[in-house]
Amino acid sequence: MTDLTTLTLKGALDGLRAKAFSSEEITRAFLANIEAGNSTLNAYVEVTADKALGMARASDARIASGKAGALEGAPLGIKDLFCTDGVQTTAGSNMLRGFVPPYESTVTANLWRDGAVMLGKLNMDEFAMGSSNETSAFGPVTNPWKSKGSNADLTPGGSSGGSASAVAADLCLGATASDTGGSIRQPAAFTGTVGIKPTYGRASRFGMVAFASSLDQAGPITKTVEDAAILLRSMCSFDPKDSTSLDIETPDWTQSLGKGVKGLRIGVPREYVVDGMPAEIQALWDQGVEWLKAAGAEIVEISLPHTKYALPAYYIIAPAEASSNLARYDGMRFGHRAEKAASLTDLYETTRAEGFGKEVQRRLTIGAYVLSAGFYDAYYVRALKVRRRIAEDFDKVWGQVDAILTPSTPSAAFALGDKQIDPLQMYLNDIFTVTANLAGLPGISVPAGVDANGLPLGLQVIGRALDEATVFQVAEVLEDSAAFTAKPEKWW
Amino acid sequence: MAIDAATVRRVAHLARIKTPEERLEPLAAELNGILAWIEQLNEVDVEGVEPMTSNVAQALRLREDAVTDGGKIEAVLSNAPKSADGFFVVPKVVE
Repeated sequence: MTDLTTLTLKGALDGLRAKAFSSEEITRAFLANIEAGNSTLNAYVEVTADKALGMARASDARIASGKAGALEGAPLGIKDLFCTDGVQTTAGSNMLRGFVPPYESTVTANLWRDGAVMLGKLNMDEFAMGSSNETSAFGPVTNPWKSKGSNADLTPGGSSGGSASAVAADLCLGATASDTGGSIRQPAAFTGTVGIKPTYGRASRFGMVAFASSLDQAGPITKTVEDAAILLRSMCSFDPKDSTSLDIETPDWTQSLGKGVKGLRIGVPREYVVDGMPAEIQALWDQGVEWLKAAGAEIVEISLPHTKYALPAYYIIAPAEASSNLARYDGMRFGHRAEKAASLTDLYETTRAEGFGKEVQRRLTIGAYVLSAGFYDAYYVRALKVRRRIAEDFDKVWGQVDAILTPSTPSAAFALGDKQIDPLQMYLNDIFTVTANLAGLPGISVPAGVDANGLPLGLQVIGRALDEATVFQVAEVLEDSAAFTAKPEKWW
Repeated sequence: MAIDAATVRRVAHLARIKTPEERLEPLAAELNGILAWIEQLNEVDVEGVEPMTSNVAQALRLREDAVTDGGKIEAVLSNAPKSADGFFVVPKVVE
């Protein structure tokens, strides 16, 4: 029998429906992989084996009675930022260690409605603030990929590092993730997986631990573009419990696959050429352009003139929103509370100093600063105006192009510890991804090649708001052209 | 607008994060590095631009003003650091 854990989500769903194997069998296979590999990779912070087997048996019963849902019996990993009823949810923070939500996030509730099986909760940067998974209170996740001829542990990226590592190492069929500045697409690029952030408002934020609410959006990390289309559809829904949820139909994006890109106009933004970008990234981007041209697309050089201001604007807006959102962690009603304090203010301050890690403290401090009297207009309001300029840049090019092609990241995966000294170096990871968050647009990362060290590199496709269909269409052509079949050599 | 240790102390207090004295200077240096990089936003012409607070161009929805949930004292208290008799218990705050 083939190794069930190497199947794609689509392949597994087909096998389950055809009763080639049971959900219990494939669930046990994944639990065995997790048991064997997780102490090394640190992708899961909690494995819910009993729950998984119970869900798998219930799925098998539904399959037997002909009542299978869209994801029936498929074992998935859940980023530890989605609240799961009765299962600890920490967002990678000591502040929430031991926090057991008495309710379910809408995204995960949708997955269980469709019959998915939960294997456990996936590691992440603390409160999703990080690009290497090194800010997690549970320690960093290790990338299953290694540089040729080196034994150094590499980062899987972040903040959805656990999700990306688990998918790449066959510790789940697919995983939920979230993206505020690039936290789905950057880890997908670093691990040879596919990750899509849908249009802001497609997936409900209810029950998702908040970082920066005007930017946060859930999406999947999967092995293929088709798997991403399947999983994203289940995750998205209109939800009255999220005030920014869009009251629109969720399309069946698998219908967009196989259409090709003939006649589509693909924009290549000249401002995405950045100083110090490795030649390999430029070469991969050029290759992507050639693939799309060969498939019949028209390539259009475009200008998005405010691109270079996206990251600095993001590093005002995201910390500002975080400083407001994370004010809830005061040690009173839930979460960590300091043992000893001299006064009420001291209790708050000690609780938060003990509960939050260094990067979270840094960002909350920046947020409080840019929102403080005297600086609010100069920093925060200005950043919101620049954000509109960035969104307008995109509005202006949609008349000329149907989708935009860029690299996903300015480098391949780097070694753990490499960029911890200088926060700015870490922030630059999101240089190509953050614009889509600020403008609320869908963006996908597709594995498109490997660098000289054998490490995966990704290409990003950005689309019009609500036009994930075209994004999937273009992504599939890149996937087919790249024929990316490299897998990390198993060492864990 | 360079930040000094006194500003860090004030802002850390605004953020309600206890910051030891010896961390103030290094934090000031880090924040200055980040803010110097952010200064480039001043190059952008934002004259007459409306601040963009949301990606969603829709009015906030209203619902009927009616009770939709409640009566979940146990669930609400289930993660409290301390609770008793259906209440949150917090340290004495009258000094």
